[in-house]
Amino acid sequence: MKALAAKWGLWGGYLAVLLLLPQVFDSILAISIFNQMAIAIVFALSYNMLLGQGGMLSFGHAVYFGLGGFLAVHVLRLMEFEAVYFSIALIPLIGGLTGLLAGIFAGSFSTRKAGTVFAMISLGIGELVAASSLIFTGFFGGEAGVSGDRTFGPPLFGMDFFSDTDVYYLAVFWVFVSTLFMYLFTRTPAGRMANAVRDNPERAEFIGYSARWVRFISFCAAGTFAGVAGGLFALNYEFLTDENLNLVTSGRVLLMAYIGGLGFFIGPIIGAIILTLMNFLLSNYTELFLLYLGILFVLTVLFLPRGFAGFIMMHQTAWLRGRLHGLALPYLLTGLPALLFILSAVCLLELSHASEPVLHFLGLSLARDSTLSWAGLVLGAGLGAFLTARSTPRLRRAWEAANAPETRVGRERAS
Amino acid sequence: MPEVLVFATLNGLVTGLLLFMLASGLTVIFSMMGVLNFAHASFYMLGAYFAYSISLYFGYWTGLILAPLIVGVLGALVERYGLRRVHQHGHVAELVFTFGLAFLIEEAVQFFWGQDTKNYQTPDLLDFPLFTLFGQEFSAYRGFMLAISIGIFIGLYQVLTRSRVGLIIQAAISHPHMVANLGHNVPLIFTAVFGIGTALAGLAGVIAGPVLTTFPGMALVLGSIVFVIVVIGGLGSLPGALIASLLIGLLQSYAIAANVGMPELLELLGLEFPRSHPLDDLWTLNLAQIAPILPFLLLVLVLIFRPTGLMGKREQ
Repeated sequence: MKALAAKWGLWGGYLAVLLLLPQVFDSILAISIFNQMAIAIVFALSYNMLLGQGGMLSFGHAVYFGLGGFLAVHVLRLMEFEAVYFSIALIPLIGGLTGLLAGIFAGSFSTRKAGTVFAMISLGIGELVAASSLIFTGFFGGEAGVSGDRTFGPPLFGMDFFSDTDVYYLAVFWVFVSTLFMYLFTRTPAGRMANAVRDNPERAEFIGYSARWVRFISFCAAGTFAGVAGGLFALNYEFLTDENLNLVTSGRVLLMAYIGGLGFFIGPIIGAIILTLMNFLLSNYTELFLLYLGILFVLTVLFLPRGFAGFIMMHQTAWLRGRLHGLALPYLLTGLPALLFILSAVCLLELSHASEPVLHFLGLSLARDSTLSWAGLVLGAGLGAFLTARSTPRLRRAWEAANAPETRVGRERAS
Repeated sequence: MPEVLVFATLNGLVTGLLLFMLASGLTVIFSMMGVLNFAHASFYMLGAYFAYSISLYFGYWTGLILAPLIVGVLGALVERYGLRRVHQHGHVAELVFTFGLAFLIEEAVQFFWGQDTKNYQTPDLLDFPLFTLFGQEFSAYRGFMLAISIGIFIGLYQVLTRSRVGLIIQAAISHPHMVANLGHNVPLIFTAVFGIGTALAGLAGVIAGPVLTTFPGMALVLGSIVFVIVVIGGLGSLPGALIASLLIGLLQSYAIAANVGMPELLELLGLEFPRSHPLDDLWTLNLAQIAPILPFLLLVLVLIFRPTGLMGKREQ
C-alpha cells in the first residue's frame, strides 16, 4: 500500500514538475530549453529500450527519429495547403507510426543477433538512409531540409500553437504519456524478457522464448518512441534536415543515454536533462563545448560505466545502513581539489584557444601573453591533481567502511 | 571507353589498397581482442595531421617515418590505459568507448589544428606524371601510394606467416591462455598489435592526406567504409579484408566513372515516366550519385544473407 502510494506520488510529482516548470521559468529561452529537453527525454528513453533494456547497441537510432520527423513535417505541409484535415496534437503520433513501420522493416532482419553484428547493421542502415536523404531531395529536401508551419491546424483548447509555450504543453502531454508507456513496457512480460535476452540469450531460448522475437518487439517499440520524439521535434522546430537522421544525431542520443546511465529507467532522463542544459549553458560561452562533451563521455565510459544514475545508486547500500554522513567529508576533501584541477584545466584550454588578448572567464581576467596567468593556471592544475591523488586513498577507505557488511562489533560501536 | 576503364581500375586499386591498410589493422585487432575499433579511422586522421605538421618543419619524408610512429605509440597508450580498463565491462562497453574516442579525437584535432582544410602537399620529388596513357596522366604520387600499400601488404603477410613474432601473434589470437602458459606476455602482445594496427592506419593517413585532403571530417568519410570492408570480408579474416577492400575501391571507382543511370536504363526498356512526379528523383538517379551508398547497401545485404561475411568462419 505504501509502495503504491509512493509510486503514484512519483508519477504525480513528475507530471507536476513538467507542468509547473514554465510557470517558474517563463523566459522565451527557458521555454525553448524545456522543449528541447522534452524531445531529448523521449528520444533518450527510447534509446534505452534498445541498449539499456535490450542490450542492442545501435549506431543508427536517429533514422527512426528523423523519418518520423520528416513525415510529420510533410503532414504539416499538407495541412498548410489544406490537402488534409488533421489535429496538431496528433502530429507526434504520425511520427510514432512512421518510426514503428521503419522499425518493423529494419527490425525484421537486424534483430537476428545482438552485439557487434547488430551494431554494424544499425550503422549500415543509418549511413544508407543518411546518404539517401541527400539523393532523394523530393522527400528529404536535400541539404536545405524541409520546413512546415504548425499554425495552420485547428486550434486545440484555445491554443493555436503560435508560441513555444503552447508547444511545450503539448510536448508535456506526449512526454508524460511516452514515459509512462515506456515504463509500463519494462513491467510487461515482453519487457522482462528483453532483460533476460540481454543478459543471457541462450537461457532465454532454453525456456522457450525466441530471442530474435523478443529483440524485435523491443526494437519496434524503441522505433515508435523515437518517431514520437521526431514528431515533437518537427512541431517544435518546424524544420528538419539530413542532420536529424545521420550519425551525429545517433551519436548524441547514445551519449545522452550512456552519460545518464543505462539500465536505470531514470538514467536517460538525467542524461537528456544534463546534456541539453550543458548544450545551452556552455555553447554560448565556449567554442570548445564539443571537446568537453567528448572528454566527459570518455571519462564516463572509463570510470562510471553505469552513468550518473549508476553513481547515485552506488550509494544505496551506505544510505540504507545509515552511513552516508561518513562519506561527506572525504568527498569534500577529494572533490574540492578535483574541482580546482578541472577549472584550471578548462581555463588552460580556453586560454590557449582564446581569440582575444584578454580572456574573461569565471570572474578571472587572464592575459594571453602574460607568463603569470599561464604559470598560475598550471600551478592550480598541478596542485589540484596532487591533492586529489593524495586524498583518494582516504575516500576509498571511507567508501569501504560505509559499505562494509554489518558486524556485531560495528553495531555495538554504532549504538 | 578503354581509357576510362584503365583509369577507373587504377584509381580503384589505389583506393582499395589504401582501404586495406586501414582494414588490415582493424581486422587483426578484432580477431585478437574481439573489439571493433570505431576510432581506427581517427588514427588515420591523426597520421595525416601529424605528418602535415612535421612536413612543415622537416619535409615530407621525415613525416612519413615519424607520424606513424607517434600514432602507433598513442594507439598503444589508448589500449593500455583505456581499452584494457573497459574490457571488464564487455564488448558493448568497448565499442562505446572507441566510439567516444573517435568523437574526442575529432574534437581534439579541431582544437589543435583548427577546422579548416590543411594545405598538405605531395612532395616535390613525386610531383610529376608517372606515365601518360590515352592523353591522361597518372601521377607519380599515386604510383607511390600503390607501391607503399603493396609493400605493406607483402611485409605484413610475411611477418604474420613466416616470422616467430607472427606465429606467436597468430597463436595468441586463437589460444591466448595457452600462449600465456608458455611464458609469453599476452597483454603486451595485445598492446603491441593495437599499436602496430594504429600505426598502419597512421601511415595510410600520411600517404592519403595530400590526395584525399586533410580536414577534420576525413575520419568520418573513411571510417564507416572501413567498417563495411571488415564486415563484408568477414570479421577477423585478413584475405577477406583484402578482397573486400579491392571490391569496394573498384566498385566506387567504376560507379563514379560510368555514366549510366536510370534514364539510360528506362530508355533501354522503352519506358517513359512523367517529369515532376513525386518519385522524379528515382527516375533520374544515376550510378555516380549512388556511389557513396553502394558500400552500405552491400553491407546490409551481406549481413542479411551471409552474416559471417565473404571469408568469415562458420557461425557456431
